[in-house]
Amino acid sequence: MSESSEAIVGKANAQILSGNVANKKNSGVYGQWGLSWILPLLFIIGWEVAARFALIPANLLPAPSVVIATIYQLLLRGELVPHIGITLYRVIVGFAIGAIIATVLGSITGYSATYRRLLDPTLQALRNIPSMAWVPLFLLWMGIYETSKLTLIAVGVLFPVYLNLMSGIQNVDRKLIEVGHVFGLNSFQMIKQIIIPATLPSYIVGLRSGLGLGWMFVVAAEIMGASKGLGFLMIDGQMTGRPAIILGSVVLFAVFGKLTDSLLAYSSKYIICYRRS
Amino acid sequence: MGEGLRQNESLVIDGLHKRFVSQDREVIALQDINLTIRQGEFISIVGSSGCGKSTLLRIIAGLDTEYLGNVSIGSNKILGPGVDRGIVFQEHRLFPWLTVEENIAFGLQGVDKKATQEITKEHIELVGLRTFEKAYPHQLSGGMAQRAGIARALVNRPKLLLLDEPFGALDAFTKIQMQQEILRIWQLEKTTMILVTHDIDEAIYLGDQVVIMSSRPGKVNKIVPIDLPRPRDRTSDDFSQVRKIIYHEFFKEQDRPFVYAI
Repeated sequence: MSESSEAIVGKANAQILSGNVANKKNSGVYGQWGLSWILPLLFIIGWEVAARFALIPANLLPAPSVVIATIYQLLLRGELVPHIGITLYRVIVGFAIGAIIATVLGSITGYSATYRRLLDPTLQALRNIPSMAWVPLFLLWMGIYETSKLTLIAVGVLFPVYLNLMSGIQNVDRKLIEVGHVFGLNSFQMIKQIIIPATLPSYIVGLRSGLGLGWMFVVAAEIMGASKGLGFLMIDGQMTGRPAIILGSVVLFAVFGKLTDSLLAYSSKYIICYRRS
Repeated sequence: MGEGLRQNESLVIDGLHKRFVSQDREVIALQDINLTIRQGEFISIVGSSGCGKSTLLRIIAGLDTEYLGNVSIGSNKILGPGVDRGIVFQEHRLFPWLTVEENIAFGLQGVDKKATQEITKEHIELVGLRTFEKAYPHQLSGGMAQRAGIARALVNRPKLLLLDEPFGALDAFTKIQMQQEILRIWQLEKTTMILVTHDIDEAIYLGDQVVIMSSRPGKVNKIVPIDLPRPRDRTSDDFSQVRKIIYHEFFKEQDRPFVYAI
């Protein structure tokens, strides 16, 4: 991005300008980073101090250091990695299934008004069912094992991806499509050269919110019946009265949720290189 | 057929009618338009908004094919868009995901890579966008974006360049600069130009002829040939004289246009 913005600056003042931009950027980034860390750090320090001086009951809210130590011990005993592994597996596979189905459906209904009239009302009706309401049915149909969990996650991922893709395709600027007509593009070229690139930003928004829902639903699925996974770890912590394990799982959910989202955002940055920063 | 080559390539609009139906009401957008535009001519079409001048341009571009009458270039009736006609819109309509270079190359569908590169480079030079090849549209000023739009419309070396209020969204200084630029390109490429505008000065400055249209129904009111030598001076007496004639065309249409000004 900075390279291309340099390109637009005339040769004479390129150095001055880019130097300015770079300076501003750096100080801005550091300033923001420093600023955004203040509150969480204060909070953690306060929490640690309060727990140490027994201002809060340790059997309900252990100190952050205890939470970290508990996670570390689980890791050392080799218990943590399988839990994380199975949860990641469920999110990724469920997300992939949901996203693929949504991509097919969203492309069809976005592109063709006939298919939109045929499919969209039904899909919208299904979307209005709170996804958790499927749980008993899925359990009855598919049992308590992986299939029902993956299905639930896929259902959660499906709708945001579907909606964003469909509306993205519908909202492609007609004026740009007209430019395609001016240059005599056929339907295939039109899709490849105009509709897909114009839809990508909204599709990626859909994928990211779908992934967020995927994480939400993996927790639900694992809390309701699992023998492994971070959600199971939470329930286990609750059953055995170990709040440090619950909090540890919460932290791990946050870390991995953020990680996968950043991965998705990062990879999309390469695809959507033109986006304003 | 028996006519000379120059004659053969002119754009002929013959008895053109165009109707729209909106909210069960029929609107006559264009009524009995007859125009002949010879190859290499620069024609300005002026009219207030709603006179159908943009519709006329869209019909020539082939974007609107539901009309009565005949619109043809040489012996070919216009039935759809074609690379023999380029169009520049009021908005630049560049693809935001493509660089300037890629946007210009977009016009060259089905041309091999090497030729595309060459022609693109040539046109970047033509519109004076060198050093901006790799920039994205949002990094360009309005004038520069419009230059890229003009280059994209010209890459196929169209016989006819249609300009649909191309400088309408630009500030006054950039506008004058772009008008000079389009004249330079016209003289260089010898492309037939049809400019639609609501700016009377622009129409006079650029056109060999100014076609004056009136609205409801949209029809050609008068065609004023502009015999001023180029480069034209907007501040000269001759220019003012022509301007006066055209202003008069517009304001006799209304009953008492300045009643509120006195």
